[in-house]
Amino acid sequence: MKGMHLPDIRMLLQGASPRSSEMFPELNNLLNTTPDKAEQGKLTLLCDARTDGSFLVHHFLSFYLKANCKVCFVALLQSFSHYNIVAQKLGVSLAAARERGQLVFLEGLKSSVDVFFQAQEDPHPLQFLREASAGNLQPLYEFVREALTPADNGAAAWRCPVLLVDDLSVLLSLGMGAVAVLDFVHYCRATVCCELKGNMVALVHDSGDAEDEENNTLLIGLSHQSHLILRTEGLATGFCKDVHGQLRILWRRPSQSTARRDRSLTFQYKIQDKNVSFFARGMSPAIL
Amino acid sequence: MAAVATCGAGAGGTESMAAATSKSNVTSFQRRGPRARGTDSGGPRLVSIAGTRPSVRNGQLLVSTGLPALDQLLGGGLAVGTVLLVEEDKYSIYSPLLFKYFLAEGIINGHTLLVASAKEDPADILQELPAPLLDDSCKKEFDEDVCNKKPESDIKMKIAWRYQLSPKMEVGPVTSSRFGHYYDVSKRIPRELIETSKWHGFFLPEKMSSADKVECCSLTPGYMKLLHFIQNIIYEEGFDGSNPQKKQRNILRIGIQSLGLPLWGDDVCCSENCDSSHSLSKFLYILRGLLRTSLSACIITMPTHLIQNKAIIARVTNLSDTVVALESFVGSERETNPLYKDYHGLIHIRQIPRLNNLICDESDVKDLAFKLKRKLFTIEDKVLYK
Repeated sequence: MKGMHLPDIRMLLQGASPRSSEMFPELNNLLNTTPDKAEQGKLTLLCDARTDGSFLVHHFLSFYLKANCKVCFVALLQSFSHYNIVAQKLGVSLAAARERGQLVFLEGLKSSVDVFFQAQEDPHPLQFLREASAGNLQPLYEFVREALTPADNGAAAWRCPVLLVDDLSVLLSLGMGAVAVLDFVHYCRATVCCELKGNMVALVHDSGDAEDEENNTLLIGLSHQSHLILRTEGLATGFCKDVHGQLRILWRRPSQSTARRDRSLTFQYKIQDKNVSFFARGMSPAIL
Repeated sequence: MAAVATCGAGAGGTESMAAATSKSNVTSFQRRGPRARGTDSGGPRLVSIAGTRPSVRNGQLLVSTGLPALDQLLGGGLAVGTVLLVEEDKYSIYSPLLFKYFLAEGIINGHTLLVASAKEDPADILQELPAPLLDDSCKKEFDEDVCNKKPESDIKMKIAWRYQLSPKMEVGPVTSSRFGHYYDVSKRIPRELIETSKWHGFFLPEKMSSADKVECCSLTPGYMKLLHFIQNIIYEEGFDGSNPQKKQRNILRIGIQSLGLPLWGDDVCCSENCDSSHSLSKFLYILRGLLRTSLSACIITMPTHLIQNKAIIARVTNLSDTVVALESFVGSERETNPLYKDYHGLIHIRQIPRLNNLICDESDVKDLAFKLKRKLFTIEDKVLYK
């Protein structure tokens, strides 16, 4: 059976109950990582098809804050208090992190209202909302770079910089072309992953059969650049109360040739109030 | 959005500090914590607003959609600060009803209304709102309140036990304590109720005739004007808490009828490759930004069956919070199908938001049908096998 070679799976099947204060410990086990030994220089792509994959965003946000990384969160989809309240369930306070300078939070919804109704003197990261024709995301990139470049005092206060974006598909809806978004990701990767040796995590929706060509271009382009792809899918058989979806984890090596097969695992999951539990396909506790 | 009430939770202190530094301090998302009950110990009191109630799950403020059956399916009601998108049925027979229920509920609760339409004058829409069904006990207080302009503090209001401890607030001309009312579609709402209510209308042909220049920014002019209109009302009347003169503690109910029609100047319903394909999604994004930072709730009906580009429908759905689609049986083969003879159509709950939470209040039942009788719009689980 797929996945049996990972020793942690047996622990899952025996029904280990995770402490709810540690983001999603089961997901950490599946990814074989902990906040202490987080990797660097990686691009992680989160993708959801026919379901809501935002729980992965909450996971990575609290994971990297616990790992003592400096996080720049471009939150385009929901308000600050939404992420904050969920993060508190996972044991992290975004307000406190923001105050001590560990978290730089761009609240897209609130900022969009500011930039749309009032002309700003300095270029605003969401300046493209005021433009008549599709521009580029350079102001947004500058914002990210300024947020994550460490201050010149030499002392490294935080472990490594992390850029988190929720989500890139919204940028397409707001008039940016797929190429502009891919350029933005490219620039961010060059700065955050290569120059600053940090990580980048971004969510893109998979529109499936909605024939969204721009979105497909973006998704395929990012898939080729990512080191890790987490893809959540709604079940093909429809809604189920006990199994909310399926998660496919794909480890990739974008720089090397594809002669060696990429490792992949598939699990099903159920989202609970403060945790997400994972189990092998067909092994939901409700069924066993 | 920062929380208005700081609760006993540890992060409450820092949250209120962050709230003080951020521009708008008004939110619909209020934490319900152990110390949040009305006493003066630390932090501002939770002020209860007419026609709202906190969600059972996470204390979020909810308003009724005007259709109690739909409220139940959405987990108690519509969250303040969110958008309810109704995908219209093919001949636009039942979606205007949902629109009207929403607005009528606002009038009954004394909320301020903002009605926007490109095809119908908002004043006409309001005249056609259904009359509320009040049982006898409520009818008595209804009559009393219409007569009394200023409610005395010793009028005995029959209120639910939960609200008995809340502080008395400024009430509108109609006070009905129930959350969610039933409406009689065959009767019109009494004129006095409309006259005493506060409403703003946006009728596109009127607004477009004025010659003021609007800065072009890839939104169709109709949408631009509507956004400016909404933002103006929110700011002027203090729904976002940023206007120091206005202490608003009421909900703004926004209703936008048939968004996306060519009447708005948008060609999203006309062709598959439209020029202004981002106009609608940009409008929704900015609108949601306005809603999240104010005490308002919005219903939008959209003729999605006319939109040929499926990608746009997917984007619009992702940019809305709650999405409900109506499918009527009129003119379809299901009209004569004996399975559906008791019903008028199907109602699909396409999306329910996860707000302040990892999970959402999804109902277990997915096959829902509705029927409209004179007094009741009911939503039921489809009975496929009798």
